[in-house]
Amino acid sequence: MRNILTIFKREFVSYFSRPIAYAIIVVFILFAKGMTFTFGSFIASGDASLNYSFFSFHPWLFMLLAPALGMGMWADEQRNGTIELLGTFPISPWSIIFGKYLAAVSVWFITLVLTFPIVIAVNWLGHPDNGIILSGYIGSFLTCCTFLAITMFFSACTRDQVVCLIVSVLVCFVMVICGFDGFTLQVSRILGREAVESIASIGVIDHFSALTSGAFRLQDLVWFLSIIGGSLLGTSAILTAKRA
Amino acid sequence: MIEIENLTKQFGHKTAVDHLSFSVRKGEVLGFLGPNGAGKSTTMRMITGFLPPSGGDARICGLSILSNPREAKQKIGYLPESAPLYNDMTVIGFLRFCAGIRGLNGSARKEAVERAIETCFLQRVAQQSIDTLSKGYRHRTCLAQALLHDPEVLILDEPTDGLDPNQKYEVRQLIKRLGETKAILFSTHILEEVEAACTRALIVDRGRIVEDGTPAELVARGNGSLTELFRKVTTLDRAAA
Repeated sequence: MRNILTIFKREFVSYFSRPIAYAIIVVFILFAKGMTFTFGSFIASGDASLNYSFFSFHPWLFMLLAPALGMGMWADEQRNGTIELLGTFPISPWSIIFGKYLAAVSVWFITLVLTFPIVIAVNWLGHPDNGIILSGYIGSFLTCCTFLAITMFFSACTRDQVVCLIVSVLVCFVMVICGFDGFTLQVSRILGREAVESIASIGVIDHFSALTSGAFRLQDLVWFLSIIGGSLLGTSAILTAKRA
Repeated sequence: MIEIENLTKQFGHKTAVDHLSFSVRKGEVLGFLGPNGAGKSTTMRMITGFLPPSGGDARICGLSILSNPREAKQKIGYLPESAPLYNDMTVIGFLRFCAGIRGLNGSARKEAVERAIETCFLQRVAQQSIDTLSKGYRHRTCLAQALLHDPEVLILDEPTDGLDPNQKYEVRQLIKRLGETKAILFSTHILEEVEAACTRALIVDRGRIVEDGTPAELVARGNGSLTELFRKVTTLDRAAA
């Protein structure tokens, strides 16, 4: 546990000693808020909720920005050779994996917390259900954690950050588009309704929108945690295989 | 202190290290010589637990790196070949981080970091960011990291590579001094270094030991020149290919 904390501290400080964390925070808030007030019609709809106007854009932003934050997680270590230092320190590989993952997740946690003015605004303008808003934030955070875990896996696979970014964005994009209405509508026209269900099950949107609409289902939690767990296990397997 | 038994590493069909066996006692500085690609770094990576061996074992103070990796790693200070560092940290920040990983906290950590900075002459750059350091300072920062926990065993992969003559001299003196109380294994290309700092030397070629002895014995076997012996017992790159 102490080792996880030591790795976590180093990684977390490292994000903020470089421009990357600030860039992610600013770009995310700018786009999230921008979309809320334009495509999301936050004011025009007159609805005191953040479900459509705010949260629905998050997976699209995470799909690009989570890989941008996480692409260097292992790629940097492998390119600089610091992986050799980590590998010869008397700590378990899992402490390093958890420490690194938690640091990236924390940057995103801070980013999401910093969107709080929208919550104040919606409470000031109307009477929203704050429980649903909290559930929306949980859904948003879990989606982001999932994309970060996937990025971490690809970051372990390659020492090239650009390759990691492209592949991770692609995989996250597939997970977002598979549950996107416009896409599923086309699929149902061509392949029928049954196909839609199986395709949507790959996607993140199904689980994400359940949470943003306030439905806290165990199956969604299990889905998010199993993708995260699977990606972290995969990361460990890849790192071990690379050394052998 | 370091006991290597039949250590072997194969990458696909290529045998990088071929049933290597040797030992280093406390108070001994063992020079590890060999041409490029002889398997020196691979051997060191296996001893430090970074690479799993294809066969054999390495014991550090009686602890197997395979069955007791954490305990064995705790006894080792390791300077990898390229002296890798986190460029976004300061020298002192990096050393504090490494000390933390080694389980040092509070005043013990502060003392360890101060001692390492002093030993490796890093006072002038302690607060500086690592990406602004010259190669010599980078190397010494990585060496300082290896000394933090006052390990019983030191594994140094080309510790004088890229240093200027003054720095080389200082590092050799440091190795000699540390060698009085520790077991040190260090690899080098520079043959004079063996006579200057080692109590014993091994020459490896294509993963096997081809010569073993004190610097004086090796010089005698080479008819008065270590270079002569080195050229005689090792394979030229083009011959190996």
